[in-house]
Amino acid sequence: MKPLLDIEDLRVTFPGRSGSIQAVRGVSLKLGRERLGIVGESGSGKSQTGRAIMGLTPPQATVTAKKMMFNDIDLLTASARQRRSLRGRQMAMILQDPKYSLNPVMTIGRQIIETLQTHESVSRAEARDRALAMLEAVQIREPKRVFDLHPHEVSGGMGQRAMIAMMLVAGPELLIADEPTSALDVTVQLEVLGILDRLVADRGMGLLFISHDLRLVSTFCDRVIVMYAGRIVEELASADLANAQHPYTQGLLNSLPRIGHDRHPLPVLDRKPEWAL
Amino acid sequence: MTAALEVRKLGVEFNGHKALDDVSVSVARGESFGLVGESGSGKSTLLRAVAGLAPVSAGTISIDGRELRRGKRNRAFYREVQMVFQDPYGSLHPRQTIDRALLEPLAIHGFDNTENRIVRALEEVGLGKGFRFRYPHQLSGGQRQRVAIARALVVEPSIVLLDEPTSALDASVQAEILNLLEQTRKDRKLTFVMVSHDLAVVSHMCERLAIMQGGHVVETLPASALADHKFEAAYTKKLFEASEGFQRKVHTEAPA
Repeated sequence: MKPLLDIEDLRVTFPGRSGSIQAVRGVSLKLGRERLGIVGESGSGKSQTGRAIMGLTPPQATVTAKKMMFNDIDLLTASARQRRSLRGRQMAMILQDPKYSLNPVMTIGRQIIETLQTHESVSRAEARDRALAMLEAVQIREPKRVFDLHPHEVSGGMGQRAMIAMMLVAGPELLIADEPTSALDVTVQLEVLGILDRLVADRGMGLLFISHDLRLVSTFCDRVIVMYAGRIVEELASADLANAQHPYTQGLLNSLPRIGHDRHPLPVLDRKPEWAL
Repeated sequence: MTAALEVRKLGVEFNGHKALDDVSVSVARGESFGLVGESGSGKSTLLRAVAGLAPVSAGTISIDGRELRRGKRNRAFYREVQMVFQDPYGSLHPRQTIDRALLEPLAIHGFDNTENRIVRALEEVGLGKGFRFRYPHQLSGGQRQRVAIARALVVEPSIVLLDEPTSALDASVQAEILNLLEQTRKDRKLTFVMVSHDLAVVSHMCERLAIMQGGHVVETLPASALADHKFEAAYTKKLFEASEGFQRKVHTEAPA
């Protein structure tokens, strides 16, 4: 079956004072209608990979690739106009913190309707109905009340659900979630993930889940890509995480404290310069 | 034996909202005690109330059996009790060198031989002399947190309050900082009170912990009880399950 997303040798380069810096250095991945996780620490290039796919790379940076296909659309040659019509309609992105990524002066309902009306010509009444239905789908108990609230009036978990509702209302095929639950409390985190999981499965979407949390990603996704210094160091099925081959993945797993494992001191990651080559 | 830190029936109010309500906690000398909970549970407020950074409206705080009278803290208290904050980016002055950051507490408490103390403190946290005259922006997050730890230790406290000391750091750096904290506690026989939202981190670092929710202590238990699943409160169970990652519930209804 043809993958939803097919990327070969993606590179994102930022100009720097002493020469250019490659944040992403040759990432290749294929994503079908599945849950794929990208794990890495800060500066590993995981977020820039997601942004390059969305077409949200900062203007001073350059994106190159041998191949970057989304369905039958070549993202490398697509015009800015074409990319705009893709975003929201066919691919969507959930960002980390609803406090900063929702518009503070617009009600939640209007923000959801805005997405919908950008991409479809729908009547006001229908847009409202679909927005309310979407709020219900993300398990917000009183959708009518929340519809008229501003982002500062809701909790973090509720804000993130509203964000998911906004991103899914136009029915995208690809969802990129960049640390979607890192700003939330652990128990709320699991509720939000549960909702996301349901919606992704029911709608048959492809999900790219970007996170620093190896444990969370491995329990949520089907496959995991581990990134280090702009490259993929390892790709494996979540179930095989315990048998990771690369010393970086192994080191990362070992350095996490675990309940019931008495390891003092904790093994620390011994970074080898050749990993970053 | 008198407890190093004894908090009795403590209450903290912000504009009528009870952030802490009737909280009692006792930490023995040399013990490492954890406070776990989610945002709004009052775990950080408890720590800040001890340090004098939150308004106490009821109850008492005692250090080594001496009660703080009317919330008044003398200079000896501030030497005895030191705090390390969550965000090393925010807790170091951006325009001051590491040397100045470490000199200030020494000057306040009238220490002599400051030169040697600063060098020794930096060495203790695994930073060489080369870091002494750098600015915070020239350091990585982990190195900054090491400086914050050095700044707390340089005045030779006996109690260290740690507010989410590793939650702003990458997992691999977290392990290094946790090891450093454990080592200094062993070397200096310190008492730790550590706040974290991460049950695994607290169970690794602490001998006992209190689970907090909505300004109350839900349950106090030894860390070993977590490994043996010996907890009673439903909320503790919820946190414990959450710490194990995502669990996919099998859909009961057939997919549409």
